[in-house]
Amino acid sequence: MAEDVKPRVRVPKTAAAGETIVIKTLINHVMESGQRKDSSGNPIPRQIINRFTCEFNGQMVLDVTLEPAISTNPYFEFEAVVPESGEFKFTWYDDDGSVYETTEAITVG
Amino acid sequence: MTTKTLKGGMASAALALALCGGASAEPVDDTLILNGEIEMITRAPAPEHLEGRLGPDVISGWLYREDETRDVQRDDFENPASLMLEAAAVAWDTVEGSEGKACASCHESVDSMAGVRPAMPKINATTGELWSMEQYINDCRVNRMGAEAWEWDKDPMKNMTALISSVSRGMPVNVQIDGPAAPYWEQGKEIYYTRYGQLELSCANCHEDNNGNHIRADHLSQGQTNGFPVYRFNTSGLVSIHNRFRGCIRDTRAEPFAVGSPEATALELYVASRGMGLSVESPSVRQ
Repeated sequence: MAEDVKPRVRVPKTAAAGETIVIKTLINHVMESGQRKDSSGNPIPRQIINRFTCEFNGQMVLDVTLEPAISTNPYFEFEAVVPESGEFKFTWYDDDGSVYETTEAITVG
Repeated sequence: MTTKTLKGGMASAALALALCGGASAEPVDDTLILNGEIEMITRAPAPEHLEGRLGPDVISGWLYREDETRDVQRDDFENPASLMLEAAAVAWDTVEGSEGKACASCHESVDSMAGVRPAMPKINATTGELWSMEQYINDCRVNRMGAEAWEWDKDPMKNMTALISSVSRGMPVNVQIDGPAAPYWEQGKEIYYTRYGQLELSCANCHEDNNGNHIRADHLSQGQTNGFPVYRFNTSGLVSIHNRFRGCIRDTRAEPFAVGSPEATALELYVASRGMGLSVESPSVRQ
């Protein structure tokens, strides 16, 4: 588990049925590409978030594959159409097997 | 026919050259409301000691930046420096040093630091010297916590100055320039107007004489420090005031003042006084 990795998300609390909302997500992660060398010349091993998913009431909304070119603290901002009240689940998968997760409820009506 | 086309070509080329040479862009007209709550003063009447040299208003660097850059500072969720504030908040509560204390042990909540940033740099009551915030922090760490001093431009210090500054956001810069501070202010003012380096440039040559103009691709501001420590996109990290002074003076091809030096601190006081009335924006976001 990479230390002190904390995801944070911004989802509106309420929306109208069928409204397009903006979701902002951020996770602090070093996203070490594996291309860098330390001061002694030794390669610093790769350690990145390699996948980010967003699900709504069990249905996949967004599934992103991240590559080493993505820099530190990956930020994703995207739109989603919300048909009903429910819960968004955001999941980040680390190279080392760690999984970071957070959920946000939204009320539609 | 051919002659006419050539003439037209020459005329438009000359016109293009003239436009490039004199490119100037005024700061934008925009309002900064932080997190939808705190209204920031980004334009204020110029302090009297300037004697009109900056015009009627002092203007925050925020107003000289691109639309997208300004947007990032409106909301803490978007501000990349928020992660540094969180790291400093953890450090605030972390016990360190021989005395078994954390910042919180004496200062309780970091909110108690409201009002500190607008007055910096400030004469230290015990020594009578002018101190920057970094020096006050290290004084506490070394003398009261029995911990090691933090390096000026490493993450722990930069993050902590950002956190302590952030709780004063919205409050107007208000530094003391008279009484015991007067000799330091005079020294800082002299440095500000001295030409340095192979390029023989003073702070005033860019920030007083040419604010609003471009230096290569950079849109020159008034060089205010109300937003420091600042998150800069070019380094993806926080930049301290003294570090920025070093950058500017290095760009004149002179030997810059060391961070924490008496010269840098005196200059910090003078530059701060040029922005009195502007809101503390730290950690601001710039190019």
